[in-house]
Amino acid sequence: MAAKTLTIDGKQISADECATILEAAADAGITIPTLCHLEGVYDVGACRLCLVEVTGISKLLPACTTKVAEGMEIRTDTERLIRYRRMTLELLLAERNHVCAVCVANGHCELQTLAFNQGVDHVRYEYCFPKWEVDNSHALFGMDHNRCLLCTRCVRVCWHIEGAGTKNVSGRGAKARIISDLNQPWGTSDTCTKCGKCVMACPTGALFYKGSTNSEMERDRDKLEFIVTAREKKQWIA
Amino acid sequence: MVIDDLTEIADKERAARKRYTIRCCMAAGCMSSNSKGVKEALEDAVNQAGLQQMVEVRGVGCMKLCCQGPLVQIDSATAGATFALESNEVGPLYQKVTPEDANSLVSTLKGGQTPVQRGDPRHPFFSAQLSIVLANSGFIDPERIESYITAEGYQALHDVLRELTPKDLIERIIKSGLRGRGGAGYPTGLKWATVGKAASQQKYVICNADEGDPGAFMDRSVLESDPHSVLEGMAIAAYAVGANQGFIYVRAEYPLAIARLHAAIKQAKKYGLLGSGIFESPFNFNIDLRIGAGAFVCGEETALMASVEGKRGTPRPRPPFPAESGLYNSPTLINNVETFANVAPIVRKGAEWFAGIGTEKSKGTKVFALAGKITNTGLIEVPMGTALRKIVEEMGGGAPDGGKIKAVQTGGPSGGCIPAEELDTPVDYDSLTKLGSIMGSGGMIVMDETTKMVDVARFFMEFCMDESCGKCVPCRAGTAQMHQLLNKILAGNATTRDLQKLEELCYMVKNTSLCGLGQTAPNPVLSTLRFFRKEYTDLLMPDAFGPRPNAVNGTGHAAAGRNLAPTEGVPSSGK
Repeated sequence: MAAKTLTIDGKQISADECATILEAAADAGITIPTLCHLEGVYDVGACRLCLVEVTGISKLLPACTTKVAEGMEIRTDTERLIRYRRMTLELLLAERNHVCAVCVANGHCELQTLAFNQGVDHVRYEYCFPKWEVDNSHALFGMDHNRCLLCTRCVRVCWHIEGAGTKNVSGRGAKARIISDLNQPWGTSDTCTKCGKCVMACPTGALFYKGSTNSEMERDRDKLEFIVTAREKKQWIA
Repeated sequence: MVIDDLTEIADKERAARKRYTIRCCMAAGCMSSNSKGVKEALEDAVNQAGLQQMVEVRGVGCMKLCCQGPLVQIDSATAGATFALESNEVGPLYQKVTPEDANSLVSTLKGGQTPVQRGDPRHPFFSAQLSIVLANSGFIDPERIESYITAEGYQALHDVLRELTPKDLIERIIKSGLRGRGGAGYPTGLKWATVGKAASQQKYVICNADEGDPGAFMDRSVLESDPHSVLEGMAIAAYAVGANQGFIYVRAEYPLAIARLHAAIKQAKKYGLLGSGIFESPFNFNIDLRIGAGAFVCGEETALMASVEGKRGTPRPRPPFPAESGLYNSPTLINNVETFANVAPIVRKGAEWFAGIGTEKSKGTKVFALAGKITNTGLIEVPMGTALRKIVEEMGGGAPDGGKIKAVQTGGPSGGCIPAEELDTPVDYDSLTKLGSIMGSGGMIVMDETTKMVDVARFFMEFCMDESCGKCVPCRAGTAQMHQLLNKILAGNATTRDLQKLEELCYMVKNTSLCGLGQTAPNPVLSTLRFFRKEYTDLLMPDAFGPRPNAVNGTGHAAAGRNLAPTEGVPSSGK
């Protein structure tokens, strides 16, 4: 297979001819921030975090869907790109209700990590505070739309890895949301195979395993009392 | 079907022509003010007067001066002239006709008088027009293929199939200098050549009739007035690129256009002008309709193709371009309604004729839907390079009630506002782009002095926010933030910092969005900021954290806030 030579951030590298800029950069040890990209499913170029500058092309190109070409000169770290990345993250943080302190994904969240790495220490835009519901109808998993980034990773793994086709997107603009089957509670879905791949794919705490949220963190103090009573008074009062 | 059959139909149609033709507009604009009732009343009146042998009442397409509808025009055929199109005998134009006027209108044929308001067919609104796309509009009956055939319809398709190789045909389109009429102005011949060169057994031709800009109705009028010209253009394009299947993606909000397209396709199939072995050549071509479900973004070609495939209408990154991998992953040619309607005339009259019209880089004519604060609302077709002033002041008659024109908005939500000082700009692709607007599909909204530009910007931003598909972050969340900032400015709660934030967001959304919708959504804000910045700064309140008032000259906080120089933090990337 033929190889292409190109430069990324001044570093000369060679890449497979059918590789994307993102793959070529990763091979060369250069990290380009991504959010909607997920190893194993096809790319959609939706989050716009991986945009790069290519000499001779006036438009910014998404690294995840742009193939490498011979002699390409790519910049991933210009002042403009860094500023746009931050703005994109700020827009995401302001769009829905991302409250890390009460989130199941706190500390394991890609949005949080990205914001931290890109130096987003405050958000300049007004928070939208939309009122999104939480779908807890499924036996094993939950979906909190307040934390959804609409990266559609869950949709893609559901269709193309599991092949179930449960997850989809409905509505448009800021009102777009992930749905199950024909926009019904997840628990009533006929197609969901309960495989949990969507939860594995989710970059934030929007999709989670049941029992992992803080509100589900319930203590069963009665149990202790029951044991003590049983031991000391030989009474088994349930 | 051979050429003789075509001539026979045309001859028969001409022979049947009566002494008088009463043309009654049956396009959506006039239909909404009961032109159907007018036409029926006219037919009754003719029958009552016993003039059936002498008078034909013909329902025709758009007669252009929409604001005065329903429109009726009475032509008389002079000896020798066989068809109204060929003679210059266009008779009196009657405006705002009601069914009650029918009897008096018919009586004029016998020398009677009518109180109905007369229009002036020699007004610049009509006389300054040059019709290529709309040549048949208002003359032929859009519901009868015979009417189109009489106006040299399907001759171009015949000539192309008989005399031209696809390569020669594409060469001719390239030579004509035709550019896409959907807005971006990509050279049509070049697009055809790319699809033609793609190696694939299966190719498609798509007609984009998802006209969604607020205030634009050019494509609707073409489809309602002359559907066969679009079908013929598509068939010629299909022959050029080697496609055998076409789709017309038309929005559901255009029921009349859909009905007429359905009828037109049926008639064309019946005559063998669509289907297998057209004109006894080995060329096969079929056209099907696909009805849009009301999403603006489906006018974007990749979203449109997804929608035709039955998927959610969201755009995808290009490349691959539709010319390489489009509908069902096959090479696909997508052109706008008006582009296709230009094709048959170019083939018939030659590339040189077409290239002789317009400016150096923009050839031919452009149809505009004139709307807003203007006396003559309606449809116009003018050569490229016509000055904006001529369009709005001479043809459009200026603002009504003596108002003063403040700006002209072109290109819908992707375009910009051109201030009154720039009205001498010739209208073509490049000069409008230079002014920060775009040609767009042809909506032209005139605004007078009472219009608040920040309000205009907010209106279009709200439109884009609602119509964003939600796929990419800058468009989905960015338009919402910009809308919020514009609301804040209009409410008088914003500071210079907010304006700065707005401007920065404009450039960011423009440069990072996935598709044309997001990339052009900030244009109305940017262009109003460019020409009407003061209207924004006048609404700002003093900035609490702004530069301290200068103690020496004693200017207060308010003045300091308002007089701040235009934001300097604007990224250099923005043009």
